[in-house]
Amino acid sequence: MSSILEINNLSLSFGGVKALQDVSFRVPENTVTTVIGPNGAGKTSLFNCISGFYKPQQGTISYQGKALTGIKPPTRAALGLARTFQNIALFRGMTVLDNIKLGAHVHMKSGLLGSLAYFGAARREEMAVRQEVERHIIDFLEIDHIRRQPVASLSYGLQKRVELARALAMRPKVLMLDEPVAGMNREEKEDMARFILDIREEWGITVLMVEHDMGMVMDISDHIAVLNFGQVIAEGLPAEVQNNPQVIEAYLGTSDMDSLRKKLNPEREVA
Amino acid sequence: MRIGDAKQSYEADEAILTSSTQKIWFALFLFALLLFPFLADAYLLYLGCLVGIAVISTTGLNILTGFTGLISLGQAGFMGVGGFTVAWLSANTALPFPVTLLFAGLLAAAVGILVGLPSLRVKGLYLAIATLAASVFLHFIFAEWESVTGGMGGLSLEPAHLFGLTFQSDFGMYFIIVPLAVLMVLAARNVFRTRIGRAFIAIRDRDISAEILGINLLHYKLMSFALSSFYAGVAGGLFAYFFRVVTPESFPLSMSIFYLAAVIVGGMGNLLGGILGAAFMTLIPEALKLLTAALTPFYPNAPIFMSPMLEIIFGALIVGFLIFEPHGLAEIWHRIRRFFSLWPFKN
Repeated sequence: MSSILEINNLSLSFGGVKALQDVSFRVPENTVTTVIGPNGAGKTSLFNCISGFYKPQQGTISYQGKALTGIKPPTRAALGLARTFQNIALFRGMTVLDNIKLGAHVHMKSGLLGSLAYFGAARREEMAVRQEVERHIIDFLEIDHIRRQPVASLSYGLQKRVELARALAMRPKVLMLDEPVAGMNREEKEDMARFILDIREEWGITVLMVEHDMGMVMDISDHIAVLNFGQVIAEGLPAEVQNNPQVIEAYLGTSDMDSLRKKLNPEREVA
Repeated sequence: MRIGDAKQSYEADEAILTSSTQKIWFALFLFALLLFPFLADAYLLYLGCLVGIAVISTTGLNILTGFTGLISLGQAGFMGVGGFTVAWLSANTALPFPVTLLFAGLLAAAVGILVGLPSLRVKGLYLAIATLAASVFLHFIFAEWESVTGGMGGLSLEPAHLFGLTFQSDFGMYFIIVPLAVLMVLAARNVFRTRIGRAFIAIRDRDISAEILGINLLHYKLMSFALSSFYAGVAGGLFAYFFRVVTPESFPLSMSIFYLAAVIVGGMGNLLGGILGAAFMTLIPEALKLLTAALTPFYPNAPIFMSPMLEIIFGALIVGFLIFEPHGLAEIWHRIRRFFSLWPFKN
């Protein structure tokens, strides 16, 4: 399987804090790839590097075989890299519908004069986007009852869903989801998992996800990369990752007292 | 009470006026605007023209400050650019008023883009100070560039003309100012139905995620500055035609604060708020004059007492609205409408 996104030897530090160290992994095309790891492992920093918001000191990210280095965030969005955010980043002054339409911004062309007159090409373009958003996205995500509401009035689960809708309006090739089911109840989680699988299967979009809910991660991921303290400690199929001793150690600590003693006091000979 | 609001097409759903009730009210409003100059006396006509000019400029500032979240204290400066452009063009050319007003808007927009350049780096209070500096700088140019602006004495100009018609009286000017104000507010409304308006609001609400979603921040911030100062330039040009004289003191710093106050009192990020705020703030000084006149027979010192009241009232209004009604007059209007939407079945 070819990879749509390849992370090669990426390093990012903020002063003395090494957020990412020599991170390499690949995102195979048309899969659900999940990045897991304990808090502070560098998952969101990695997303910010891919979005172009952080500039890594070393390493490259290549997308569809081309390096993204030096490309600004809006251009990356236009190339098909869409994302949602860990702390919901909806625009509170707009309705659900306008938030979603904003996602299509990079694919629209009308200029200021067309907008002022709301005439001709500008008007047709708005109508085409409205139709696309209504028929494909709002209908698919089952949010037609809230389209006129201001986003600030929605529940957390619905806000997450509107954010997903906005990302889909960007017509992505790679959809990055930062903790899509955090803080949701069981039913909402199941809905979201179903949407993610449908997005991959029906829309053919590659999903790159950061998530802590291991039940969901293991159920829907095709490929998993594990980050710990800014380093990739394992990569592979869910089953492989699940049984990897290093991963278990990163998440649960270790049950092996000898190795723990060694770690705490490496010089002293173990009795 | 509104019922039966189902739509058959997206086009109908995205229209500005979506129900027949709204259309009727809007038509009545336009008719009232048309009728007004025939019924009003000279004083009311003068006030109507002033409100029209203020509506254009406030709408412009609302685009920048209310919708894009960039606080500007340069509005009077941009109006000055428009005013002096019109004055100079009418003194040196025979261009009719639509052309001079267009030039006034375009030149003000160009100056607006220059002033907006720091907005990528500085936000909030710092941007307000940067625009304040620009406004002082513009005032200096108006006062010192005598060969063009006439220096402190300013320029006086011929009445606006088009196809041999001259618009000398307030009655004539009303028919330039008010239709233009209606058109420009509708154009602003259109902008917020399209991608550009959404980009402005996105920048105001969350600039970082807006950028990651594909909005080029500098491009849209400058576009907002350009659009806002275009409106200011046209308003300044109308101001020049209306008073037929412009001096550097026609566009003082307090005028910038006046427009910012109008946006805050009316309702930031709401076009109706801009209109209500402009009308309200223009009429307050007049109301104060009436009050003073009414008090003078009883308190002969009333004029001395009342003359500094204007600034105090402006300040109190800004503070009061920010604390008690942050969404401004527009929100009060919406509340009234909500009350009547179910009236008389529920209260």
